[in-house]
Amino acid sequence: MTVRTVVTGVAVAAPNGLGTEDYWKAVLAGQNGISELVRFDATGYPSRLAGQILDFEAKDHIPSRLLPQTDVSTRYAIAAAGWALEDAAVGPDTLPDYDMGVSLSTAQGGFEFTHQEFQKLWSKGPEYVSVYESFAWFYAVNTGQVSIRNAMRGPGIALVGEQAGGLDVVGHARRVIRRGTRLVVSGGVDSALDPWGYTSQLSGGLVSTVDDPARAYLPFDRAASGHVPGEGGAVLVLEDAGSARDRGAPKVWGEIAGYAATFDPRPGSGLPPGLRRAAELALADAGLEPGDIDVVFADAAGSTAGDRAEADAIREVFGPRGVAVTAPKASIGRLCAGGGPVDLATALLSIRDGVVPATAHTSDVPEEYGIDLVTGEPRTLAVRAALVLGRGRWGFNSAVVVTAG
Amino acid sequence: MATMEIDDLRRILVACAGEDDGIDLTGEIEDSTFQELGYDSLALMESAARITQEYGVVLPDEAVSDAATPRTVLAAVNSMVTAAA
Repeated sequence: MTVRTVVTGVAVAAPNGLGTEDYWKAVLAGQNGISELVRFDATGYPSRLAGQILDFEAKDHIPSRLLPQTDVSTRYAIAAAGWALEDAAVGPDTLPDYDMGVSLSTAQGGFEFTHQEFQKLWSKGPEYVSVYESFAWFYAVNTGQVSIRNAMRGPGIALVGEQAGGLDVVGHARRVIRRGTRLVVSGGVDSALDPWGYTSQLSGGLVSTVDDPARAYLPFDRAASGHVPGEGGAVLVLEDAGSARDRGAPKVWGEIAGYAATFDPRPGSGLPPGLRRAAELALADAGLEPGDIDVVFADAAGSTAGDRAEADAIREVFGPRGVAVTAPKASIGRLCAGGGPVDLATALLSIRDGVVPATAHTSDVPEEYGIDLVTGEPRTLAVRAALVLGRGRWGFNSAVVVTAG
Repeated sequence: MATMEIDDLRRILVACAGEDDGIDLTGEIEDSTFQELGYDSLALMESAARITQEYGVVLPDEAVSDAATPRTVLAAVNSMVTAAA
């Protein structure tokens, strides 16, 4: 019999809420985490908005020894991992160190830290560059720091896959558990809101230039104009269901029941995009039919082409207006590797509380999309199973099915 | 160039590498090894670079190994500072 992978701990660090419950309250209240950049003066930039975490005081959450060696994104990862393990009641002695692994995703690395070191390099010289730059920039650093800090010597991986990577890494963590590791800390965070990181995101050409925080990121709206970059993410504690029961895990949030990833065909091939196939394969992996899914957490590109393609995929799998669809990321922006894990956490909260949050600012969904988007107010809905979708630029598609377990 | 005192070294260590939650750096630390004080080789490399910037002396690698102590570092720095004067 296949090992079941359950979620026993959840932690969110999002622009509209630090910590799972603060985030959840903010999302249900429609509190907007998108605001004008305060990290630097963005006057003159074509876009000036971001989903920023404004209430994270690093020294309150990160040991002094780690402060000089960590980028802001790594600090979010370390803090969120700590909260998730606390939620799961896992300490260093709960399981043998080799039975605990770390699978985290990041797509951007340590932009802000590296920007500071570049400034030293160019203004003062190479001898002023921090020795910690050697790893603080690096995609694997979050996995490494979390593994060291929590004495987790089981399999460790860093997965980079733009906005889809945060789902892929959870799929990978499930494989690690099936191969015999009892517990894996998984999820992802990103942050690149220093001038260099932000400019890099703008140069992708998909960021909205609308400067009203309530109108810039309108997924599935007729007025969709692109997205707003955000920072943060979520960390989940995943466990072998039997092992979680044996150790007396205080709660089970739900089960990672299905996962699949596909690539889009080569542009110009005339073949359909791969998102629908990812959704269908994830459902099949979970042993579920479309009718078993209560809500879809959409990737929500926020561009007309991207939204239309996703609406097509959802409609083709579930039928016209066949399932509730939502995009809570409308109130925090697109978090790159953090986006999928935050959606997974939100899906688990929807399962727990029987309510689906709204897509914050969207109001005018084209009829031909044929999707039942939750807008305005949260929708009371018993949720037993949710499908979470993610797309990375240049054709990554990933889908995860979470169930009440 | 000024000589280096123990408080200067404390300040540089904390600025470059933070301080271990379980260790009191304000106490008598002169003869503790850097390993005992919670500093690894990277922390010491970073601190040695800062010492070079502030005092104009380049410490040999063995002077800042994790088996070294604040006393030996201060002696090495100050002997070079004095020799350069």
